[in-house]
Amino acid sequence: MKRLLVPLVAGVLLSTAACGSDPSSDARAPAKDTTLTVFAASSLKGTFTEIGQKFEDANPGVTVTFSFAGSSDLVAQISQGAPADVFASADTENMDKATADGLVEGTPVNFATNTLEIATPPDNPAKVDSLDDLASPDVKTVICAAEVPCGAATAGLEKVAGVDIAPVSEEQSVTDVLGKVVSGEADAGLVYVTDVKGAAGQVIGIEVPEASQVVNTYPTAVLSGSSNASVARAFTAYVVGPEGQAVLAAAGFAQP
Amino acid sequence: MSRPSRSSGLPRWVFVPAAVGALFILLPLVALASQVEWSHFVDLITSESSRSALVLSLRTSAISTVLCLLLGVPMALVLARTSFRGQGALRSLVLLPLVLPPVVGGIALLYTFGRKGLLGETIEVLGLQIAFSTTAVVIAQTFVSLPFLVVSLEGALRTAGEQYEVVASTLGARPTTVLRRVTLPLVLPGLAAGAVLSFARALGEFGATITFAGSLEGVTRTLPLEIYLQRESDPDAAVALSLVLVVVAVLVIALVRGPRREAL
Repeated sequence: MKRLLVPLVAGVLLSTAACGSDPSSDARAPAKDTTLTVFAASSLKGTFTEIGQKFEDANPGVTVTFSFAGSSDLVAQISQGAPADVFASADTENMDKATADGLVEGTPVNFATNTLEIATPPDNPAKVDSLDDLASPDVKTVICAAEVPCGAATAGLEKVAGVDIAPVSEEQSVTDVLGKVVSGEADAGLVYVTDVKGAAGQVIGIEVPEASQVVNTYPTAVLSGSSNASVARAFTAYVVGPEGQAVLAAAGFAQP
Repeated sequence: MSRPSRSSGLPRWVFVPAAVGALFILLPLVALASQVEWSHFVDLITSESSRSALVLSLRTSAISTVLCLLLGVPMALVLARTSFRGQGALRSLVLLPLVLPPVVGGIALLYTFGRKGLLGETIEVLGLQIAFSTTAVVIAQTFVSLPFLVVSLEGALRTAGEQYEVVASTLGARPTTVLRRVTLPLVLPGLAAGAVLSFARALGEFGATITFAGSLEGVTRTLPLEIYLQRESDPDAAVALSLVLVVVAVLVIALVRGPRREAL
């Protein structure tokens, strides 16, 4: 029963998942026109969109399409057969999972790092100036849940700094944390340095010295299911190369 | 009730897409059940975080249902038994949460009850804290489930008609007595169906809650939010908890359809 069901259900799921790319392009495309599908962590949305455009300009005939989501969601989709050429994860754990499942071709390359920072609304209503302030129940602090990469980093930071944050909410993703701070619902949130930079004017960032000890590393890899492996390799090389690194540095990412 | 006769006059080909449609709905449920790790099922659904999410969900959904009854019954009565200018437009607007994506509802609630929202300062002056509290969960659930009660009850009121009420009032009953002794007893099955549907909708509420209320164990993390979070780290637990919600949904349907089939 189960044997029969799984492929059926997977088939239904896949046909929906494939809507994001253009399935027909492979069939009719001559060798020159290639569509590269990149699965990338949500926090890479701005930078990878820009890198993708530059890569297209540098490689006529190549179209880069993206699917941005939480890294663990992306791994789950890839392992269920979603058609993707490149995977860029927000942490090494999810890349390790993909590697262990045999989804990755070759060895993943680290292309960026990110660290946590406190974000507050521009008027900083709770007068937060250090990580210790986030332990106060009077400060409405929002963090990521420990189950997601930014939450794992938050837990690591709490341990390193010896601070026990009392959150009013543990969000599903770092963008949800940022949203709660931008809307003024929360007094403070722990987000990535790049998130503070991306929301300049809507939040202010407060550096946390201990954060440099809890570094999130972003790896990328060509996927073994890729039908355009050579273009996929060119793309990952582009991300690691000077053009990609310039875009990432401008957004606040550090080099690995 | 007799079984429908085979010679119902339907062309045979109609059964093919009908069967595909039924499979389309049932197959994912079967697939979900097939993924459950039965050996750990009890452990998975009785872990501390699961239990606290289930208790929170049941508690908030029950409060939301009571709020829906308190607000929705008068709304349905006004819509079904009176007529005034703009009633049609008002009815459509009140039903909006039915068709609105819940995340949009969440954003709208944020700008109403949030700290920087329309009523934010008033609420703060009153010394109330809505942001990130269980109250916010109840508000989100009530917002999305109220139309279910209004629709069910208004339909029941219109079907029941007004003749008994007219008779009662010509016999000298006061409007409140008519409402209490005639109108509400007549539409009790519709009212019950509406309340159960509202409860079910509140139990499943996700988008508005995660947008408006946040997510903290025991305070705002209801069962759907817990499932969404567990999926990140423990898919088996997510599947097991999903099955719990499916079972609750089946019970709800049985409750609504059971006592009086024409209620839906």
